[in-house]
Amino acid sequence: MRTPDAMFTYDFMQNAFAAAGIVAVVSGLVGFFLVLRAQTFAGHALSHVGFAGATGAVLVGLPPLWGLVALTLAAGIGMGFLGERLHQRDVAIGIVLAMSLGCGLLFLHFFTAYATQATALLFGNILGVDAETIWTLLGLGIVAVTALGAISRPLLFASLQPELAEAKGVSLRFVSVLFLAVVALAVAECAQIVGVLLVFALMVGPAAAAQQCTLRFWHGIALAVVLALAEAWLGLVLAFITDWPTSFWITTLSGGVYLLASLTRNLPTLRYRPRP
Amino acid sequence: MSAIELSNVTLTFAGRPVLSNITLAVRDHEFVGVLGPNGSGKTTLMRAILGLVPLRTGTIRVLGRPVATGNPAVGYLPQMRGLLDTMRLSGWDFVASGINGHRWGLPLSGAAGRREVGWALEMVQAQDLARRPLAEISGGERQRLLLAQALLGRPRLLLLDEPLISLDPHHQRAVVELVRELQRELNIAVLFSAHEINPLLGALDRVLYLGGGQAALGTVDEVITGPVLSKLYGSPIDVVHLNGGIFVMAGCLHVERDAHRHAHAGRHVHV
Repeated sequence: MRTPDAMFTYDFMQNAFAAAGIVAVVSGLVGFFLVLRAQTFAGHALSHVGFAGATGAVLVGLPPLWGLVALTLAAGIGMGFLGERLHQRDVAIGIVLAMSLGCGLLFLHFFTAYATQATALLFGNILGVDAETIWTLLGLGIVAVTALGAISRPLLFASLQPELAEAKGVSLRFVSVLFLAVVALAVAECAQIVGVLLVFALMVGPAAAAQQCTLRFWHGIALAVVLALAEAWLGLVLAFITDWPTSFWITTLSGGVYLLASLTRNLPTLRYRPRP
Repeated sequence: MSAIELSNVTLTFAGRPVLSNITLAVRDHEFVGVLGPNGSGKTTLMRAILGLVPLRTGTIRVLGRPVATGNPAVGYLPQMRGLLDTMRLSGWDFVASGINGHRWGLPLSGAAGRREVGWALEMVQAQDLARRPLAEISGGERQRLLLAQALLGRPRLLLLDEPLISLDPHHQRAVVELVRELQRELNIAVLFSAHEINPLLGALDRVLYLGGGQAALGTVDEVITGPVLSKLYGSPIDVVHLNGGIFVMAGCLHVERDAHRHAHAGRHVHV
């Protein structure tokens, strides 16, 4: 048991807070649309595809983050092009997801020196983030958020009213491809913090909880970001105090906040009040 | 000027011809009910008027200009889908997503946009609905929000695809009356597709009946007749007038009512 006052005297904790902050903002923003579009399973699958990319990169001597980004991006764009045909294809997505984990396992098998790499990729290794990785996360995050900002208006319209959006001149496929490319970047970032298996905790949890709490678009977006930040940072603090894994605390907080949000939704006093 | 002009139009859906060599004109400021059995091309025709379906032959002119996607003068209410059942978003934000929704950038509606949303909600008497989540409002209420969204940009032509589907008779009548009031007040043309003629009786100016790749446009008395419908259905049809209602019968089968039941089973009827 440690007290949190000495926390920021450690470089690795400073790095961890910076990395978690960047990733939480990206995850909250992207996750909000992912939940709104009911594409959370696609996000989950992308992270597993990323595992094969990361382990493959390690095998050929590249940084795992680049393999992760490259393969999630390719898979995200591919899914976007399939678009409607992928809708309700949970089995197909699930099989690709399992195959990717299998390939990742094979790559690890060939490169046994990196046995600890497996745990880091699967469950995250936030305390091992170095300064260079932070800059990479910041760069990728800026790209993802800028792209999301640019497409958010037609994306929202297409998510709510696809037929009408199409009639008004929105290219549903183009918007879908761009969005899943953004999701792929966010997933790759997120996997750095909580690992490929737990991406749901940071991408989906805060956004889903936010949509339980408010019905307004902008309030929901803001709340998703605030919750993601709070869960990520509080998870780090708790990990520092208890010496338990950070990913455990983040997933627990994420699950707890979602549960609480779902429960309070049914309490009349806390319900949304309209603007006068 | 006509609201819609079709000349020698042939349309296909999934490689199958649904309308063959149709020529007709819908007048400005006219309320036209679009009827016909499942698969007769009601949705495909509307999507063609929106410029979303390529024409195999012929030309379509909308409000005097060649058909094109993204025409702001055309409002559209697509068939209801299941996705909105779980949407935790306010009615206001749902309607407002249609404000310049095709432009890039952040979904900010701006002061003018908010006024426009307010106006559209007022037109359909849905100001109260705007504060509630989409997931928790009834089918009839949802249709009013969809109608408000279709009114954004003050269209001169409204295409309403099956707005009565899965509504009970009371709510069906309310929606038809609302659309009729809007059509008169805004002085616009309306194409309103439905499975049954009866909810529309008294509100519509003319009927466009589709079937067997053909189309018949005229008043109810001209079109809803045994000979015309027998030709469209390709089988003997009787039209029975009873208690102010009209019943389209094939032998002892009530054709329109049957088609309606069919649509419920299918849920995603897209033709």
